Parts: sequence; C-alpha cells; structure tokens
Amino acid sequence: MKNNRPPRTPHEKAQRAEIFIKKKAACSPEHCLYLKGVRRKTVLVQALRAGVLLLILGVWELIAALQIVDPFIISSPSRIAKMIGQLASDGSLFYHVGTTLWETLLGFAIAVAAGTSIALALWWSETARRVLEPYIVVLNSLPKIALGPVIIVWFGTGAEAIVFMTVLVGIIVATMNMLGGFLATDKNKILLLESMGASKWQILKKLVIPSALPDFIGMLKICVGMAWIGSIMGEYIVSRAGLGYLIVYGGQVFKLDLVMAATFILCVLAAGMYALVALAEKLILKNRS
Amino acid sequence: MNEQYAGPVLEFEDVSLTYHTKAGETVAAKGLTFSVEKGEFIAVIGPSGCGKTTVLSMAAGLLKSSAGEVRVYGKAPERGAEYFGYMLQKDELFPWRTVEGNIFLPLEIKKKNTPEMRARALALAEKYGLGGFLKHYPDQLSGGMRQRAALIRTLAAGPEILLLDEPFSALDYQTRLSVCDDVYGIIRGEKKTAILVTHDISEAISVADRVIVLSKRPARVTAAHKLGFGGVVPLKRRESPQFSGWFELLWKELNL
Repeated sequence: MKNNRPPRTPHEKAQRAEIFIKKKAACSPEHCLYLKGVRRKTVLVQALRAGVLLLILGVWELIAALQIVDPFIISSPSRIAKMIGQLASDGSLFYHVGTTLWETLLGFAIAVAAGTSIALALWWSETARRVLEPYIVVLNSLPKIALGPVIIVWFGTGAEAIVFMTVLVGIIVATMNMLGGFLATDKNKILLLESMGASKWQILKKLVIPSALPDFIGMLKICVGMAWIGSIMGEYIVSRAGLGYLIVYGGQVFKLDLVMAATFILCVLAAGMYALVALAEKLILKNRS
Repeated sequence: MNEQYAGPVLEFEDVSLTYHTKAGETVAAKGLTFSVEKGEFIAVIGPSGCGKTTVLSMAAGLLKSSAGEVRVYGKAPERGAEYFGYMLQKDELFPWRTVEGNIFLPLEIKKKNTPEMRARALALAEKYGLGGFLKHYPDQLSGGMRQRAALIRTLAAGPEILLLDEPFSALDYQTRLSVCDDVYGIIRGEKKTAILVTHDISEAISVADRVIVLSKRPARVTAAHKLGFGGVVPLKRRESPQFSGWFELLWKELNL
C-alpha cells in the first residue's frame, strides 16, 4: 500500500526528534537497565517455552524415525501432520471439527446462562438456597458419565445427547461458582445501598451483579474446560461424528495417527477458546485493579 | 422539606433493642434517651462493641427498636428517607464506577437522577476539590480523597441529617486529621445536622458541639456535654487548652 502522508517539514522532524529524546530521557540509566532486564527475561521465557515444545516433538519424531518404538503405537509428529493434511483435503476435518465445536459452544452457552440464572434465583431466596443445597452438592459430586445410559434413552444418539451431557457437566459448576460470587458481595456496600433505601432489585442490579463480574469471568474459564470434557465424553458414549468420535474410532481400529491428530486439534481448539475468554477478561475488567 | 419543623430533629425516647441469634439474645441498648437539635453536630462515644452502630441503624430506620420510640422530625424513621445520608467506616466506593458515577449512585437509587440533581452533585464535588477527579476510578485516588468522594456521595441527594459511622477510622493518622478538618468544614458549610459515632475521644471533641457518652452493653446514656467550642475547626480545637480537660473527663466517663 502506498503511503499518503505528506512529507514532514524540517520543523516537524525536529519536534518529533525532541519528543523521542524526551521519552528516552524520562527513564534514568538504572531504570532503563532494569526495563531491559525485564524484557530480556520475558524473551528468554518465551524462547524456552518454544524450545520445550520443539524438543519434545524432535525426540518423538526421532524415536519414531529410528524405530526405537514402533510408530504404529506412538505415531509421530510428521505422521500426525500428514493425517491432518489428509483429513483437511477430503473435507472431513471441517465436518468433525465443526460438529464438536458447535456442540461444545452450545452446551457451554446453555450451561453458563442456566447456571448464572439459577445462582441468581438462589441468591434472591435464602429459603430456596437452603432447601436445594444438598441436592446441588450431590449433583456436583456425581460423575456425570454415570448418567450416560439415561441420556441415550432420553435423548437418543444424536447431537442433543452430547449437548445435554455438556450442559450437565458445566451447569452445577457454573451455578456454584456464581452463587459463591454473588454471596461474597461486600456486606458494608449492601448496607450502604440499604441506607439509601435501595430495593433488593436495585441492590442486585447496581451492586451484586457488577461486583461478581470477576467471578463470572473466572466461571467462564472453568466452564470452557468443563464444556470440552462434556462434549468429548458425550461423543465417546454416542456419536457418529466429531473429534471425540474420531478418537474412539481411531483407537478401535488402531489408527494412532488419527487419535493423536484429533487430540492435537482438540488442544488447539480448547486453547483458542480459553484465549478468547482471557481476552474478554482483559476488555471487561480493564478498569479494575 | 422539614424546614419549618421546630422540635428536635432526632429523638430517642427510652429506646431498647434486643438482638436474637441462635446462640441466644443480646440486649444491645436499654433505656436510651437523647435528642439532637437542628444544625447540631453530635458525637456519640462509647466503649468498643457497646452498640454505637446500632444507634445509627435505628436512627436510619434500618433496625426497629424493641421498645421505646425513635422519632425523626416527630415521626418514625423510614429506611432510605431522603433526609438521611449515611457514611460508613470505609469509603465503600464502587471500584467499577468513576468518582462521578459513585457520586450519582444515591440519585439513581432514590430515583432523583435528574439533570438538576446531577448538576447540584457535580457543583458540590467541584466546590470541595474533586472537580479534577470526576473521571478517575477510586483506585487512582488517595485514601483522603476517597473519603472526601464518599462524603460528596452522601451529600449528593441533598440529605439534612448525616449519620457518620466512624468515617475516619480506616485512615492513617495524618490523613485522618486533615480529612476530619475537611469533613467538618463541608458539613458546617452545608449546614447539616450530623451524628458521628466513634470510639476516638479526641475525634469526638474536635468536631462535635455536644458529646453523648454511652455505657458498655447494653448501651444507655451515662453523660452528655456541651463542649462550647463554637465554630472552631478540629485542628485548632486540638491545640486549645480546654481540649485536654475534656479528654480527661470523657476518658474517665468511658471507663466507669
């Protein structure tokens, strides 16, 4: 692209130079040295991070290439890459990724929305809270996979069953986390609003919800992990498509390349979803210490 | 409103309060009687845990007395009535709102969020040195400035009676002295009636027209003194010769 900015006059150039020098001068020699040290440390950490990954991939590749362990059993990075390429070229990659992704996102959204709503209702009514507490505790400790057969009978073997499993895994965690956040609202701030004559609804809207925003973000982070557990678990039990299906299928026919390729894609997707939540956190909470 | 009301602004008549918890019942106040005149600055002192805050809560209508009568302008107090402004130990500014947003909070709660009321609140903030900080977040302010913002928030809805619950105790000593001066000046300047509860004797002497001494729980009034400093500001009072006399007397009365 062509640069349309008119050329700077000598005066402007001098001004810019001056600003630049001032900026530089704003940091004392010791401080500059300190900042440099901090930057250097960050670069070092990032380089080491990448190094660890490369090392693992390299050793893995080498073990497979030299037939120290049969690559049929452990696969290898190059074989995984080839498998992903193959899946991508016949289009099935996008089909399976798409299936799992929307099941996960839908389950995540429902779990978050329903969990937050239930938590709000429980905050509102102390009686409801006390009545339902043991049920929530039991549901929380119950391994959801135990409900697999029930889910199949109720929801069949389609995507509904998987979405339901995803919701089931996330909803209790979402509820408990949000309720904890709502109940942790500063008592003195509530007193302050009460002294102004605030209604319960106003206290909820002006204080409880905004002050629980960091808890909400924290809950989202937890629920990202929960949603992936739910959807993959669901696909293990019943499915004809999706990454979980590929993993189970690959295991059954001893195609470890397929298992590893699907697992790798899963890692990337889960990390991406977490990164999105972390980004949202930065945007939403930028004004809080 | 209540401009013409001639009697005492606030009256406690033989007021008792009993708290009930699972562990048992606690008599927090018994036979509490005192009154506050319009424009007066009253300090209520008492040993820790004697139920000073309870007194304010009853005055604000947040707690109902078990016996006796609390009257504000001759009537039972109403929670959130517009003639009240309540200020707590900590500033309790909402960190997600700017100073301005915090100051508007009582207007929103009391449904008085009109352009005139907002302008009034902003004028107050301007007058008392918060003008340059309106768009700042509370975390960017010093402790003293935060407490000042909290006072402006308390005044925003135009209350006539200020209930102050140890509003300086969370500040360090240096800041406390200057904020105390500030708050005193603002309350006097705005001609408010104020009731301050505190366990700090010197603070009570340095701001109040009258000091009421409460006993250990159950709280009742053991003494009341008109200090007679007039409009002398807190820091000057601390330097005056009468100060230590009052201090000794109140100290003894507190430890009876």
